[in-house]
Amino acid sequence: MGNAAAPGLTADEIRDLREIAGAMIPPDPALGMPGADDPDILADIVRSVGRDLPQVREAVAAIGSKSGGAFAGMDQDGREALLNEYHANGGASAATLGRVILGAYYRDDRVLIAIGHEARAPFPKGYDVEQGDWSLLDPVRRRARFWRDDRTAAEGER
Amino acid sequence: MAVNEKVDVLIIGSGASGAAAAWSLADTKMRILCLEQGDWMKPTDFPSNGRDWEARRHTDFAISPNQRGRDTDYPVNDDNSIMKVANFNGVGGGTVIYTAHWPRLHPSDFKVKSLDGVADDWPIDYWVLERFYEENDRMMGSSGLPGDPGVPPRHPPMPPIPLGKTGARYAKAMNKLGWHWWPSDTSIATTDYDGRARCINLGHCTPGCAQGAKASTDITYWPLAIRAGVELRTRCRVREITTDEHGMASGAIYYDADGREQFQPAEVVILACNGVGTPRLLLNSASARFPNGLANSSGVVGKNLMLHPWPVISGYVDEQLDGGRGPITSLWSKQFYETDPSRGFVRGYTLQFNRGTGPANQAMLGAATGMVPWGRGHHRAYRELLDHRVGIGVACDDLPEEHNRVTLDPVLKDSNGIAAPKVDYTISENTHRMMEHGIARAEEILAAAGATRIHCSRTVLNYPGHLLGTARMGTDPERSVVNEWGRCHDVKNLFIVDGSVFVTGGGVNPTSTIQAVALYIADQMKQRLATLFD
Repeated sequence: MGNAAAPGLTADEIRDLREIAGAMIPPDPALGMPGADDPDILADIVRSVGRDLPQVREAVAAIGSKSGGAFAGMDQDGREALLNEYHANGGASAATLGRVILGAYYRDDRVLIAIGHEARAPFPKGYDVEQGDWSLLDPVRRRARFWRDDRTAAEGER
Repeated sequence: MAVNEKVDVLIIGSGASGAAAAWSLADTKMRILCLEQGDWMKPTDFPSNGRDWEARRHTDFAISPNQRGRDTDYPVNDDNSIMKVANFNGVGGGTVIYTAHWPRLHPSDFKVKSLDGVADDWPIDYWVLERFYEENDRMMGSSGLPGDPGVPPRHPPMPPIPLGKTGARYAKAMNKLGWHWWPSDTSIATTDYDGRARCINLGHCTPGCAQGAKASTDITYWPLAIRAGVELRTRCRVREITTDEHGMASGAIYYDADGREQFQPAEVVILACNGVGTPRLLLNSASARFPNGLANSSGVVGKNLMLHPWPVISGYVDEQLDGGRGPITSLWSKQFYETDPSRGFVRGYTLQFNRGTGPANQAMLGAATGMVPWGRGHHRAYRELLDHRVGIGVACDDLPEEHNRVTLDPVLKDSNGIAAPKVDYTISENTHRMMEHGIARAEEILAAAGATRIHCSRTVLNYPGHLLGTARMGTDPERSVVNEWGRCHDVKNLFIVDGSVFVTGGGVNPTSTIQAVALYIADQMKQRLATLFD
């Protein structure tokens, strides 16, 4: 039931993942956004890998391979070009890596507060949604019935 | 093999249809047992309790059993299908993880042959089901607004879900275009209802409602059915339906929670396993007497699968909307539901207007569509999208075709060694034309709403993969599996009450109709008890 227990990423893979995550979502102090390589966020990413381990591992290895094993030494322009090209063409592994990183990043308290959201689970407090202006429905209320009544369908409709 | 005490009625599957049938038949005071392969769900299990609520939609609360991979799930080989299968195995079945959108089929959906010259008419019509739709609305607790000129009259017991900012944006666009829209009927409690607390806009209805505002049969029909004496046994995975020397169903062989084989004898067997699980079970019940599978003398068991192709067209506006708050369902439009030959296709579709999504899923959508890049541009691009999303689903009527089918996979098996289902499915030319028409209209609506960055996903993975048509209802035993009141033509004490019996699927979410049909069949059984096997 739930995420199957799986052996985690190795220390080398976590080191590479930190470089990749930090390049994918770098910090933006002006917006109050940490990077995805922030220690707390990275730890959450690593904890979250679970059943996605094979694909995350494959993605980390593929990015390493595409950089000739020198991803950490590349400048940010080069890293971004490589990552965006890989994400567009890397198939399921690339998508999974992105999903795992984004899933952990966008539940960090600092991130949620910086984007104007409350740092909490939806339940039990819930949210307010305004009723809205139901008078918008008035023109539709004035329409005649237009569903097709099979009991009275004209001969030409049959 | 252990042999259990015989019951009068054995129901297989506790989801939308099995629960409704169990509750209805409980009137008879017969001994009724339901076998369910999954577990009871607890409200505290649902993702919206935790901070990882968005991520879990992609893991243990995914709507695809293959992605979800719980030990209570069975695998489905859907590699040869452009659409994927959605289901849930647990008490409540698919109602645990549906969106609670609550439209009904239209009267014309039951008469597609006589009205439009395609496929087949149902042997029953909307008006036969009408009182069961109403009964089901009361039992599940539906919300909506009477007076919609696009659908037959109905009387939801609760007011509609809020229009919200997102709904108002759509409404203004639809009024500008002069097209029909109406607040969607839902099976979400908008007031306290029958012991359920009202919706508090958790915004994440699909993977289970922690509040209990969304109707799922584990909290609607089942407590009443159990109180009336029905037994529900969980973690029981049925392998096959057995038959006796007279060709009548004699019971079922299942694996219990410990993997032990058990035989459950029964006077009557009712299948409620959905449009993939039911044909799988019938085909797995082949025997010397029924070499092509049980109840399959027609050869149509598993054929005519309908999945509802469902393009989703999205865009972003310059206004902060509801985002992921509130039920995802918002409005529907029936403007293009009924056949208009000038459109170049027959039948039609519902437009379903959705609210936005939560922060993480918005980021995933942005990345998937290339609108949110990796790197330094990520944050600013993301902020332009968050809570600004509008999206319209096109729920297309895909007519039945025999080559769209469920068979048994020759290799893939579940954890008990039972052959898994294999799905072959393609989208017909008529449906392709319908989809393109709907996509173009949705793009017009989004443009009228002021949306930009419009993106279309023509067949969104797993969205929604309704499972219909694979043991169809009909009066001709050579072209159908069950008769007009749900009894198998070939096996006179075997009934099917789930979406398998649909002759056509319409262009709507099917749950309310699945349950109305189940209540109708149960009612027919009760009326015919003295002559049920004649």
